[in-house]
Amino acid sequence: MDEYQKSLLEQVAGLHEVPAGAYNIRANGQAAGRQSTEHIEIVTKEDKQGIDIYIKPGTKKESVHIPVLITQTGLKELVYNDFHIGEDCDVTIVAGCGIHNSGSQTSEHSGIHSFFIGKNAKVKYVEKHYGTGEGTGERIMNPQTVIEMAEGSYMEMETVQIKGVDSTERSTKAKLGEGAQLVIKEKLMTHGKQTAVTRFYVDLDGRESSTNVISRSVAKDSSEQTFYSQINGNNQCAGHSECDAIIMDNAIVRAVPEITANHLEASLIHEAAIGKIAGEQLIKLMTLGLTEQEAEEQIVNGFLK
Amino acid sequence: MLELKDVSYHVEDGNGKDILNHINLEIHDRFTAITGPNGGGKSTLAKLIAGILQPTDGQILFDGQDITKMSITDRAKRGISFAFQQPVRFKGITVFDLIRLASGKTVSIEGACEYLSEVGLCAREYINREVNASLSGGELKRIEIATVIARGRKLSVFDEPEAGIDLWSFQNLIQVFEKMHQETQGSIVIISHQERILNIADRIVVIAEGEIAKSGTKDEIIPELLNGTLSCRHNAGGCIHG
Repeated sequence: MDEYQKSLLEQVAGLHEVPAGAYNIRANGQAAGRQSTEHIEIVTKEDKQGIDIYIKPGTKKESVHIPVLITQTGLKELVYNDFHIGEDCDVTIVAGCGIHNSGSQTSEHSGIHSFFIGKNAKVKYVEKHYGTGEGTGERIMNPQTVIEMAEGSYMEMETVQIKGVDSTERSTKAKLGEGAQLVIKEKLMTHGKQTAVTRFYVDLDGRESSTNVISRSVAKDSSEQTFYSQINGNNQCAGHSECDAIIMDNAIVRAVPEITANHLEASLIHEAAIGKIAGEQLIKLMTLGLTEQEAEEQIVNGFLK
Repeated sequence: MLELKDVSYHVEDGNGKDILNHINLEIHDRFTAITGPNGGGKSTLAKLIAGILQPTDGQILFDGQDITKMSITDRAKRGISFAFQQPVRFKGITVFDLIRLASGKTVSIEGACEYLSEVGLCAREYINREVNASLSGGELKRIEIATVIARGRKLSVFDEPEAGIDLWSFQNLIQVFEKMHQETQGSIVIISHQERILNIADRIVVIAEGEIAKSGTKDEIIPELLNGTLSCRHNAGGCIHG
């Protein structure tokens, strides 16, 4: 692994070395390292690009890392990763993609992650996207997440894109069974001329299923963001979505929430707020000795923390 | 320490209005209270000192240096602190972050907790909380005061610390200011209507209708306020009824 790849690995997966537990590292479209464990098996797909990850029922406190690194300009790939999570598991899954593009051609990664979560299983899923490189070639990432949650299961999904991705279309679709609970936390920052489109689509099918979709974003320079969320309450259920955005410079932010109750006992809420940094927040931090620019950085960093 | 020379502040709304008229004031004492009726120009004066507003006329000197045109940041760096009447809320910034920024240096969790204890907050419960709408008015007020204590600079200006908090919190707040008066190395300027705060002051300045109506020791000023010779707003909780 070269220095660029090591640096990307640190950014997207917080890793300096190969991780403990199961992992699969994909670098420039090739397998760069893999380890299965007693309870977690990683298998290459035969009909298309990607892997199947099988987590045995009852697996507790184990983790899987599946970072993707691209340093080759012009590389475009479409990868399918399927997670089969057994009943009563309690696991952490860290995915993420880093692109370093120092060339003139577009580098693009589209990852389709499907989660089949067994009864009463608990999953924490962390996904980070990061782009870097001095080249003129674009860095594009289009992650898709498909989630099927069985009775009593819980998933917390944290998706972060802070820097360097020129264009992204992110889609998350979930179907929740009885008593299942899904929490999604999105953090997004765009700058320059970047564009980002996020779509969340949640079907609350099971009785007493619930979801909380929280998006915080900052749009700087001439970047453009669109947030779509659609929550369908198809049973006695609770759904909440919240989109909170800071707009700066000449950016554009669009929030398009949709909540549909198809059942009398469905309780659904949407909150959306878009606004610039409040002047009094800047003033308060300036009275502590920060310059206006430093104050702005602190406010943005705190907001996305 | 601080000197206001012929400072005026005029706003252009419709017919125009003089908020402050030719204020001349020197502050050398450790604890100066500024009082007077609402709308008299007290908060404007505090904001002029901190640099949040610029005077339309006159000069402000700090340690002999003209700071009239200086930015908020530069004044803060020179040693002026300001506690807002209505503390600002932030999404995502924690109490610890704010105290760390205020102190201007690396500060440990334990160190930050000490500042919170000073203002009567149980530090462990607050240190990782966001400075957002989940905190009550009284809690925000104390955190605001803790940030000023954490700065520990030459001049600390408090704009109506008692505003917007309940009586019970106020009793505790008085103790905070009494302690600050005893221990501070710098000077404190506090805008207040509360008799108990005025009672701690070395000097009281009364501002009404944009002008200094009176200035003196508490023994000179408080009896006059109580007799109604000088005006002050009516308020519950120990205010002087003028």
